[in-house]
Amino acid sequence: MTSLDKTFFPGEQRDDFTVIGSVTQRADALGHVTGRTAFFEDLTPPGLLHLKMARSQRHHARIAGVDLSDALAVDGVVRILTHADIPNNLYTPLKLIGVEPDDEPILAEDTVRYLGDPICAVVAETEAAAYEAVARIRVTYQDLPAVFDVEEALAEGAPLVNEYQGHNYFTYEGHHCRRLRFGDVDEAFARADHVFEWRYESAPIEHAPTETTGCIVVPQPDGRLRIHSDTQACFFTLDNTALILGTPFNKLRIVGGTVGGGFGGKVDIVVEPVACVAAMLTNRPVKFVYTRYEEMQVSSPRAAERIYIKDAVMNDGRILGRKIILYVDAGAYARHSPYGTTKAAAHMPGPYAIPNVWADCHCVFTNRTPSSAMRGFGVTIADFALESQMDRIARALEMDPLRLRLLNAYRDGDMKAHRKVAEGTALIEVIQKAAAMVGHELPAEFRRMSSAEGR
Amino acid sequence: MAIRRGRGYAAVNYPTGMNLGGDPSQALIHATTTGTFVVSLSSVDLGQGLKTVVAQCAAEVLGLPYGNILVDTADTDTGPHCMGTFASRGTHRVGNAVIMAATEAREVMLAVAADELEVDAGDLETDGSGFVQVKGAEQKRIHITDLALAAHFKQGRTISGRGIFLKEKNDPVPETGEMDPDSCQAHACTVAVVDVDDETGVVEVVTMYNAYEIGRALNPATVAQQVEGGAWMGMSHALFEATEPYYPARSHGPADFSEYLMPTAADIPEQHSAILERPAESGPFGAKGIGEMTANAPIPAIANAIYDACGVRLTAMPFTPERVLRGLDALTGG
Repeated sequence: MTSLDKTFFPGEQRDDFTVIGSVTQRADALGHVTGRTAFFEDLTPPGLLHLKMARSQRHHARIAGVDLSDALAVDGVVRILTHADIPNNLYTPLKLIGVEPDDEPILAEDTVRYLGDPICAVVAETEAAAYEAVARIRVTYQDLPAVFDVEEALAEGAPLVNEYQGHNYFTYEGHHCRRLRFGDVDEAFARADHVFEWRYESAPIEHAPTETTGCIVVPQPDGRLRIHSDTQACFFTLDNTALILGTPFNKLRIVGGTVGGGFGGKVDIVVEPVACVAAMLTNRPVKFVYTRYEEMQVSSPRAAERIYIKDAVMNDGRILGRKIILYVDAGAYARHSPYGTTKAAAHMPGPYAIPNVWADCHCVFTNRTPSSAMRGFGVTIADFALESQMDRIARALEMDPLRLRLLNAYRDGDMKAHRKVAEGTALIEVIQKAAAMVGHELPAEFRRMSSAEGR
Repeated sequence: MAIRRGRGYAAVNYPTGMNLGGDPSQALIHATTTGTFVVSLSSVDLGQGLKTVVAQCAAEVLGLPYGNILVDTADTDTGPHCMGTFASRGTHRVGNAVIMAATEAREVMLAVAADELEVDAGDLETDGSGFVQVKGAEQKRIHITDLALAAHFKQGRTISGRGIFLKEKNDPVPETGEMDPDSCQAHACTVAVVDVDDETGVVEVVTMYNAYEIGRALNPATVAQQVEGGAWMGMSHALFEATEPYYPARSHGPADFSEYLMPTAADIPEQHSAILERPAESGPFGAKGIGEMTANAPIPAIANAIYDACGVRLTAMPFTPERVLRGLDALTGG
């Protein structure tokens, strides 16, 4: 059951709407539940070719040789693409907003950096022929040392994951991490009645869309490419693809808008560029769609994170200072992780007015599947850590966990750790409402608190 | 051996829009001669209901029924630029762009009606059912279809409008992290009630209570969908999901849904959700973006409920039976 409670913030409401605020059936609902919605895979243009990827079977290795002879002999194989076929093989998707450097090859050149790194793309008349050829590609590897733990990756002497980055961390304007410096945490720790320090960790999580990532590229009579894609971001995909192809932007057209589950996983640019190259080189429509295995183990997951939180707390529950060290496991390539790590820094120290905050948020490279955007990017795992921390502080002080939160909750006018003044806050009210929903009694002074009243 | 029940709390906030801004979206709107308005976008509806809520925004501004709006989107040849559907930005950015476009189109619509009715445009209002009428003299009115025909065939005018929303890009100060990351913040508090089987380590979420403050519920049905669907995802993250179950070891990675488990219908708890509204100045009719945040609070709420139930503090996700049992063993020295 979901209900609207208009008793909060009474002075800020408006009720003269005719369409806004009314229940309207979702435009795509009937199509989805009756099976009539057309997804990109419902298209079967004549002459369609299938692309399947030969991927690294090592975590980190030099490629000593690639033998395509057996694969090319498979009946139905039209072409096998290598890095030499990709006009601008090296990219990073956030170059569109100024992020550098290009650090990821579309197809591996001389090194693979994670299990599943793409090496060669087989283009064939049938999916079966493409799979058969992929199985017959013989790659000779020279193994390199690999690193999988974020803190080990940052230790001296760790193997270098990505030489384009130059370090096992993303560099933020000369710093080895995204920093947050607000007040003086050391002074807070010296003054605190209690200091609590705990560690939290997560593992990579899959977006698990019903429809896997994919596209069908159809060459047009006028030389343009029409790309049917389940991307979450049409122009973002178009612009990145054009840069990789080295073509004018208006040579490409994306037709999308129907997505069988996105959750952030379909913001990566992982199928369109190589499928476009295949379509240009063969002048035939090409389909490249991830298998379920690729979706689970090769497509970027939600990053694993490790978070250390150290708090300076007074006997009455007030948090004087919070020091956070965050490690975001970006995997082998940057993709959207530098952005997500900055977003995590902006989120610290959670929705609380803490006068002294220090955070180092590291975007770390390891030899695993690159992670990328996912629902709650930069925030979801931080919230697990921050709110577990609040519960533990309440337990340690033998305090009501909701009163501890209300006492520290940010309000309008508070200066956040990133030095923006808070407005439109409502943490106090959602806590009050949740308490009422479960019959958790709060004393009058806590029921009277308001986000709109400064402290 | 027993089933132990516990209750846990978590309170969170979440930013609307691409971090640091710089993520514009555009909308174009025009009336066809049928009196239907076409909203042209390149934005992607992920199933969250973007097309539905932006059509509601257009209908509200134009003063027309929802059925008079068509949304044509996700073709880069025909739709104006949109940064994409992520960062809880769709409703906020695209909603604002559509409102701006519809406001411009409404002005033309009223000007055309004023000429047809031979009155001043300032004296006109929309009745919400498809008519433009004179305030205080409602019998003097014109239907949107007649109005659109007149604009095209008699007056030679297009009823159209352009809209864009852009929060200018902000750059953080490298030394301090000073920045302007967001357009607004939504808020949530989740209470989870769990049962922990201390013999098997299995955690069952029995009930979840969610209180959300989202600025404005543009469409209460899609809000409920986000809140309940997100709670399911949070519960799934908390108890089941990892592509690397023994992270940072790379082994035992699941390859399909028989190995990568998620809650099914039988696992879904009873949910009670309440929506609060504190309209955001920057939001379309005050709405904030809640597309992402709904998975967040359930995770720590479940972790805290497990502790409440059995005294095991789980600091690594997911909270598998193995981890619960190891935690119980550590408590009893077993």
